[in-house]
Amino acid sequence: MAITTPQVRRLTLVETKLYLREPAVIFFAVGLPIALTLILGGTIPDFQKPDPELGGLRPIDTHLPGVMIILSVLTCAFSLLPTVLVTYRERGILKRMSTTPVSPGTVLGVQLVLNVVMTVLTTVLILVLAHLVYDVPFPQAPLAFTGTLLLGMVSTFAIGLLLAALAPTSRLVQGLGMAVFFPSLFFAGMWVPQALMPGVLRTISEFTPSGAFGAAMIDLLATGGTEWRHLVVMAAWGVVGAVAAVRFFRWS
Amino acid sequence: MAIITVQNLRKQYGDKIAVKDVSFSVEEGEIYGIVGRNGAGKTTTVECVAGLRKPDGGTIHVAADLKQQVGVQLQESAMPDKLRVGEALDLYASFYANPASVTELLDEVGLDPKVGFAKLSGGQRQRLSIALALVGNPRIAILDELTTGLDPQARRETWDLISRIRERGVTVLLVSHFMEEIERLCDRVAVIAAGTVLAVDTPAGLISRTGGVQRITFRSTMPVESLKSLPEVHSVTVEAGQVTVTGDQNVLRAVVTALPDSAISNLKTETSSMDDAFLALTGE
Repeated sequence: MAITTPQVRRLTLVETKLYLREPAVIFFAVGLPIALTLILGGTIPDFQKPDPELGGLRPIDTHLPGVMIILSVLTCAFSLLPTVLVTYRERGILKRMSTTPVSPGTVLGVQLVLNVVMTVLTTVLILVLAHLVYDVPFPQAPLAFTGTLLLGMVSTFAIGLLLAALAPTSRLVQGLGMAVFFPSLFFAGMWVPQALMPGVLRTISEFTPSGAFGAAMIDLLATGGTEWRHLVVMAAWGVVGAVAAVRFFRWS
Repeated sequence: MAIITVQNLRKQYGDKIAVKDVSFSVEEGEIYGIVGRNGAGKTTTVECVAGLRKPDGGTIHVAADLKQQVGVQLQESAMPDKLRVGEALDLYASFYANPASVTELLDEVGLDPKVGFAKLSGGQRQRLSIALALVGNPRIAILDELTTGLDPQARRETWDLISRIRERGVTVLLVSHFMEEIERLCDRVAVIAAGTVLAVDTPAGLISRTGGVQRITFRSTMPVESLKSLPEVHSVTVEAGQVTVTGDQNVLRAVVTALPDSAISNLKTETSSMDDAFLALTGE
């Protein structure tokens, strides 16, 4: 169904309103990553120290915004998106929609777009505010950066959809989501930068979707390029996650 | 002309047979009841008719566009907590080519469009659910257990609403295990047990199948043993001064003729109901 049909426009409008009516959503997906970037960047002196290994760039130029963008993406991928979908299934909303001329797949599509738009918006806000407040340079290769951001979303959203496919209840999907969310943040370098992880742990990280995503984002912010293997890891997780999600997803 | 025809429908989930062999047909404009106990196969049957499940056997013919012209109210279906009544109806109206007027529908079901779903009572949720089934201006409305869990007042309001739906010419397929509802609303009923149809008839027809047994109770100042010899009477019992007489349709006249008026007080009569008819049919 084309995105311009009145049905899809109305559905997008309603889903956006519902999304924005949850204050927690705005806080965790948008507010928290932006606030952490600004607060941590201003209060932890090490973030402002130029690092010779990064060619004189500071952690606030690379690591901090990279990890905060991932925080926003993972919140959407592992919490918001699967919770909404499982709640809709649990409440019979998807089943009910399948009796109307509009397929319940449209809701899924609208939710994906909504979460992608939210994380892109948060990313732009983080980069612009960090630039204005801390003089953080914009990505040197905007196209590669955007492409990697979208690939990172594909790989993590696919896993979020798989969680939604496997969990029978909204309570369970919230628990599962958190069980995936925190280790994923860790692998992305939220608490220990990947550069400081012991060798084995770093290797493991680079094979997880969020670890590859984190490595690629930080590379791109630091040098304007990244290694193909990170992109391949993300794409592989995206394909596996999406195929499994399609295989197991039920509308009712 | 039949608008829904179901022939030899069969549906199983794994090893469990939900519907064994169900056939019935619904005429345009009638309210057709599907009645049976929990687990009899009612919901599976109508979900197959609505196109939500694929039958394992038999044929279903619906003379209407399933998506555009069939409105469905599912058992236990909810909306997002923060979705307002008006938004839900506007949204679902936008799905259809020829929707009903949301304003009129809101008026009909008596709901405030600004209230969020989470704040609606059980009866209001049920009325919203019915309104959502009607918002596409359907030719057929499939309503599954629409008054389960409602208080008597809300139930009566819902019944009035269904009667008004019929006046618009909408054909209604109504699933229920609630006999009073069936008796009050339905033109015809299919009684289902263990995945098969036991009987199809009007509610009055089903009741008369039980033989039209009447039961009268009263207090009497005179001995009542003599009533047993009347041909209209089947049985007479006396318990703590309360006399209970059962018999055929003329038993009341026979009893009041046999006893003087002054001897009888607290006279009550009970006609056999859909409940009795249902119990007789399903063998309990």
